[in-house]
Amino acid sequence: MENFYVSRTLDARGLSCPMPSVKTALALEAMNKGEVLEILTDDPVSKKDLPVWAEATGNTLLDVKEDSGGIKIYLKKA
Amino acid sequence: MTDKAQKKNAVTIVLFSGELDKAIAAFVIATAAASMGMKVSIFFTFWGLNAIKKKGGLIKGQDWMQKMLNVMNYRHAKRLALSNLNMMGMGPMMLKMMMSKKKVPPIDEFIKTAHSLGVKFYPCEMSLTVMGLAKKDLIDECQDIIGAVSYLSFAKDSEVNLFI
Repeated sequence: MENFYVSRTLDARGLSCPMPSVKTALALEAMNKGEVLEILTDDPVSKKDLPVWAEATGNTLLDVKEDSGGIKIYLKKA
Repeated sequence: MTDKAQKKNAVTIVLFSGELDKAIAAFVIATAAASMGMKVSIFFTFWGLNAIKKKGGLIKGQDWMQKMLNVMNYRHAKRLALSNLNMMGMGPMMLKMMMSKKKVPPIDEFIKTAHSLGVKFYPCEMSLTVMGLAKKDLIDECQDIIGAVSYLSFAKDSEVNLFI
C-alpha cells in the first residue's frame, strides 16, 4: 500500500446506516480533488458499504484497517 | 433525459403508507441514494402524506367526511403509528427509544437530512384533493404538487423505482 497523507478525519463512530455514507459524502464535498479522508467507524456494515459507496461515486478506496480501536477507512477524493 | 448514464443515477420512491416504520425505510434509502450522488424524488400519496404533514390544525377539509378523516388520521412526522405492534402508541414510543440508543436519527431529522442532500418531495395532487388538504398543510420542504403523469415521467427516467 502506497503512503498517503490524511487531509481530514471523519469521526462516524456510533452512527449507523445510512449516516456514515451521508457524512462521508458531505465531508468529501468540502474537500479538494486528490485529498484523503480518514473515516473512523464502529459500524461493521460500513466496512462493506463504504467501499461500495466509493465505487459508485468514483472515489478511490485506499485502505480499510481494523483493530481493537475500530474500523478505519481511507478514501481519496476523485 | 434519455441518456443511459443519467437514467442509472435516479431513484423514485412512492411512499403510499403512513406508518413510521415504512417512512423510515423510505428515508433510509432516499438519504443513502442521495449520498451516492443519485437524484432522488419521493412521491407522497394517500397515507404517505402523513409523513410530510405540518404539526397542528386538527380540523381540516371542506365537508364533514374530510373533517372526520383528518381528525381521525391526525398525523405528522413525530406522530406516526407502526404498521405492526403499534400497541396503541407504545410501539412507536419504544421503537423511537431503541433507535436513539443505536443513534439512528428520528424521522423528522431524516426528512431534514434528505432535504439538505437535495432529495425532492412531491405531494400527490389527487390524494390532497380527496382528503381536503392543501399545500399549506404540508411541511415547507415540499416541491410542487404533482399528478400521476408527472410521477411517471420521473419514474421512466429512473432505474430504481420503489413503492413503499
